[in-house]
Amino acid sequence: MKEEEQNNILNEVTQGDYKFGFVTDIDMDMAPKGLNEDIIRYISKKKNEPDFMLEYRLRAYRKWLTMQEPDWAHLKIPPIDYQDIIYYAAPKKKKELSSLDEVDPELLDTFNKLGISLEEQKLLSGVAVDAVFDSVSVKTTFSETLEKHGIIFCSFSEAVQNHPDLVKKYVGSVVPYGDNYFAALNSAVFSDGSFCYIPKGVRCPVELSTYFRINTAGTGQFERTLIIADEGSYVSYLEGCTAPQRDENQLHAAVVEIVALKDAEVKYSTVQNWYPGDKNGKGGIFNFVTKRGMCKGSHSKISWTQVETGSAVTWKYPGCILLGDNSIGEFYSVAVTNNHQQADTGSKMIHIGKNTKSTIISKGISAGFSNNSYRGLVKISKRAENSRNYSQCDSLLLGDKCGAHTFPYINTANSSSIVEHEATTSKISEDQLFYCQQRGIDTENAIGLIVNGYAKEVLKQLPMEFAVEAQKLLSISLEGSVG
Amino acid sequence: METKYNDIIFKEKVVSLFEQNRAQIGANDTTRMSKERDVAFKQFKKVGFPNKKMEAWRNTNLKDVFAYNYNIQFSPADEKPELIEAFQCNIHNFDTQTITLYNGWYLSEDKHLITLPNGTIIGSLAQAIKEYPELVQKHYNKYTNIEENGLIALNTAFSQDGIFIYVPDNVKTYKTIQMVNILDKEDNLFIQNRNLIIVGKNAKLTILHCDDSYNYSRSFTNTVTEVFIDEGAEVDHYKLQNLNDNSTLINTTYFHQELQSKLTTNSITLNGGLIRNKINVVLNGEGGEANVFGVYLVDKEQHIDSQVFVDHAKANCNSDELFKGIIDDNATAVFNGHILVRKDSQHTNASQTNRNVQLTDKATVYTKPFLEIYADDVKCNHGATIGQLDEEALFYIKSRGIGDYDARLLLLYAFAAEVINKISIATLRESIDDLVKKRLRGELAICDQCVLQCKDQENTYEFKIDISKI
Amino acid sequence: MLKIKNLHVSINGKQILRGLNLEVNRGEVHAIMGPNGTGKSTLANVIAGKPGYHIDKGEIIFKGKNILELPPEVRAQEGIFLGFQYPVEIPGVSMTNFMRTAVNEHRKYKGLDPMPAGEFLKLMKEKQQLVEIHAKLTNRSVNEGFSGGEKKKNEIFQMAMLEPELAILDETDSGLDIDALKIVANGVNKLKTKDNATIVITHYQRLLDYIVPDFVHILFDGKIVKSGGKELALILEEKGYEWIKDESPN
Repeated sequence: MKEEEQNNILNEVTQGDYKFGFVTDIDMDMAPKGLNEDIIRYISKKKNEPDFMLEYRLRAYRKWLTMQEPDWAHLKIPPIDYQDIIYYAAPKKKKELSSLDEVDPELLDTFNKLGISLEEQKLLSGVAVDAVFDSVSVKTTFSETLEKHGIIFCSFSEAVQNHPDLVKKYVGSVVPYGDNYFAALNSAVFSDGSFCYIPKGVRCPVELSTYFRINTAGTGQFERTLIIADEGSYVSYLEGCTAPQRDENQLHAAVVEIVALKDAEVKYSTVQNWYPGDKNGKGGIFNFVTKRGMCKGSHSKISWTQVETGSAVTWKYPGCILLGDNSIGEFYSVAVTNNHQQADTGSKMIHIGKNTKSTIISKGISAGFSNNSYRGLVKISKRAENSRNYSQCDSLLLGDKCGAHTFPYINTANSSSIVEHEATTSKISEDQLFYCQQRGIDTENAIGLIVNGYAKEVLKQLPMEFAVEAQKLLSISLEGSVG
Repeated sequence: METKYNDIIFKEKVVSLFEQNRAQIGANDTTRMSKERDVAFKQFKKVGFPNKKMEAWRNTNLKDVFAYNYNIQFSPADEKPELIEAFQCNIHNFDTQTITLYNGWYLSEDKHLITLPNGTIIGSLAQAIKEYPELVQKHYNKYTNIEENGLIALNTAFSQDGIFIYVPDNVKTYKTIQMVNILDKEDNLFIQNRNLIIVGKNAKLTILHCDDSYNYSRSFTNTVTEVFIDEGAEVDHYKLQNLNDNSTLINTTYFHQELQSKLTTNSITLNGGLIRNKINVVLNGEGGEANVFGVYLVDKEQHIDSQVFVDHAKANCNSDELFKGIIDDNATAVFNGHILVRKDSQHTNASQTNRNVQLTDKATVYTKPFLEIYADDVKCNHGATIGQLDEEALFYIKSRGIGDYDARLLLLYAFAAEVINKISIATLRESIDDLVKKRLRGELAICDQCVLQCKDQENTYEFKIDISKI
Repeated sequence: MLKIKNLHVSINGKQILRGLNLEVNRGEVHAIMGPNGTGKSTLANVIAGKPGYHIDKGEIIFKGKNILELPPEVRAQEGIFLGFQYPVEIPGVSMTNFMRTAVNEHRKYKGLDPMPAGEFLKLMKEKQQLVEIHAKLTNRSVNEGFSGGEKKKNEIFQMAMLEPELAILDETDSGLDIDALKIVANGVNKLKTKDNATIVITHYQRLLDYIVPDFVHILFDGKIVKSGGKELALILEEKGYEWIKDESPN
């Protein structure tokens, strides 16, 4: 990124308030509150789903009923009343959309305000966007360009209609519905999300992007993303999220599955900026996400990059199952918590194939009264000869009321593999701060500079459009963190 | 299901044993101790034995331990071991004051409690309760946490005897006190040892704590040790474990450190069936220093679990943890480190390292170095590695004409030596050094005496490689 | 421009400066010399406003204002520059971004708009040439992986960029070979005008061969015990600091 851009960002940042807290007034089609088999049938029927999808949902729901909310994370979460949530909310459609003109102008306006233009001519160059508003995908841009390459990029609902075989084959293949409590819930009630298939040997010419927006009060968002990269293909995928400012908490439980076949590469980047709650910890999104990639074929590669600044509670562990020999998994993360935010996040790398490699770079930054935990699992199975993992998890503390914790689990059952984990925790260096101040930079700006520098290793993994956004977010998230 | 079955049966047996023998178990108790014993028993009854569902026990399964029957001795055996002098270990030039627990009971020719010329009192805890009830009561059961797991509660309910050491203020004991735990019984034993060590202000104590078995009988030892280290005091603590493959040893030590005190504890595990060393350190005064080291060498079906919890409860303290292990055959090694830096414990320096060399694909290593930090002006780091010997180093050594086997031994020895070298008593260091070399060469059987190999003194094992060749 | 009156400073209860007086006018170069541990760096840090020092007594007047209550960044914006003895590394923060932020903060303080990117880059290039610092250094993170000499040159480069009214160079000569020393001194000399002033803190006379001072002060035991012209440095070089200890009334 150009230096002046970096600077513009820092200059622009003058207010620490959440910028995306507005609410869009739009007619919604909503299910009644609560969860039972009828609601699931209702959702499935609304979406005109084939039987296999309904069956899948019901199996997941029945499994969910037998499960308990996980309590092992370093998080304090008030009890969630799952019967007090609306599981389906969609902007009312008058008819099938055939062009952008038919999208509700209120919606277009919402996304414009969020900096996401759905009009092709105004698009960020080289980024195809799928915009998800509450439960459903509103618009996918660039689809024609993509079609030329045989790439399927559409909402999950459309994929269920148009590519049922692919969906049936891969849904739940990486994250089975019984994987965990939130994955089971998502599998039962997921509303929409993005679907992406890159055919053999195709290098996707644009960045694919999904933008998630929670709008309606009392709704939960349960999106489902499935990415399949066929042999020798490549795709870079971006995900962004925001939500209005509300006093009550809202639930977001997503599932992302990635399958990379032989020689395929998938890069998945997230800038997560759900509403974090106010300065006193009121409101905010509960973000329980299961993201997992399967390096199914040999020499395949999946790389996760995440910048987590939002949400009242973050519970997510994007990981890779390295099944194919010589496959590679990567995880780069910056997680910032301020005020009363809580994050328990990290990665899982499961080495099964031979010569598999994984890298974990995690930078945690805690400020205010927040708690920020890295939790990771590196597992090397007996078969995974000559596998390697390197993990580095650093924590930076700003202020003496916050906490930074590191829980790395490492298991090996193989004598030719090497696993290394390193971590440090320290406060922001007073010498660095004074050095900046001596050059005339005030404390808040100096912290912004130093923190962005600290996170550089991760930020540089992001595609440029996102890197700009991410840098801004880091500075904004930390404003007011120094007294 | 079977797991549950075994541990429940065992629990029920233990509960009824307690109820039947309640009067005898608490014969020496003060009123307060008796009350605490009942509270602990209730707690045990409630929670039972630890199981794999508990985070701290997820990788250590006691299932197989409960598959056997064990006997509890509620009084010391009448017969004395024939070879009592055989247990008097003496490393060349290493003058120790030895105290022995024999099958869980204090063993002595005459007095059960002695006072050294400098005022230090050592001997049987049961006897200390009788003679110094005030002193014992001031610290007994003060640093344990019976809610930590069922075994701590069980120990508190059942314990009858153990070692008692009291070092008065300003007394420096230059002679190392050696605590020897010997298991020698034909039938399976279940032992609940309880040790209490009190080190006064500015005092100094060096302890060598050995766990040995004398034969191949099955045993289950559940030891709880409390060590109180007062202001400015210094404790050097060495734990040597060389038990048979049928033994289970759950060793829980609570170190409580006051202002400016210094602790070095070093756990050296050479052999054992299932060994779990839980070390709790509370830095309860500013300027405290805790060094927690360990080395473990496991093979066959052995299981070693090292759990270290360092609580930086006050500001300006330093802690340093280093655990290294070599895991061979089907053995399993577990390391769980936990550093807690409490709010306001500013200027904390804490470091935590676990390194493992895994020699076979059948071996398993679980490591979890965990930091929990609530103060900002701190320097904390941790690291964990699991790997093999450095191929380049191996090649380098071989290129100097040393065979593969010896080259590997040499590197393994060098790997372990980092911890061994931290032993500050030269004579002890040398003899442990020898033991480690022997262990690595597979020459260390369960010795027919104590772990310190006194019998073989003339015949010290030399490492075959002349290091000067490299 | 700078007046320090009866300055007493302690750190963690230990007295470092005990009644220091100093006056620096525009256009002057002052050298402060003294043995290790006499408070030279303390003086530099206290003028720049480094936290952790306790001002027991006295005042520092800069351009007619007592600056002791001002935060360090405002002192910098007022025109005080400290060339650090040990410049800290700031990983991930590029020199360009760092300087751009600093320059614009200075401009904001003066009520000016941020400098346009093109102009800024031109300025960087100009100043790089002035102080003979390689452009590749300014593309790296602040001081990260710089050699000792590069770090010191980088300090002079920043001084050139920020054009301070008062520059304090704390042991800028330490760890420099003779070539680097010449480059650094050359840079300082080029930046000298009739309107700005420089305080050079050094242990050795060597630097003063290249940056010729108008005044030399000898700091000993927290006080200036002797002041004079540049010849004082030569006497000191010849007789050593022992001479001062003998001369000193304490």
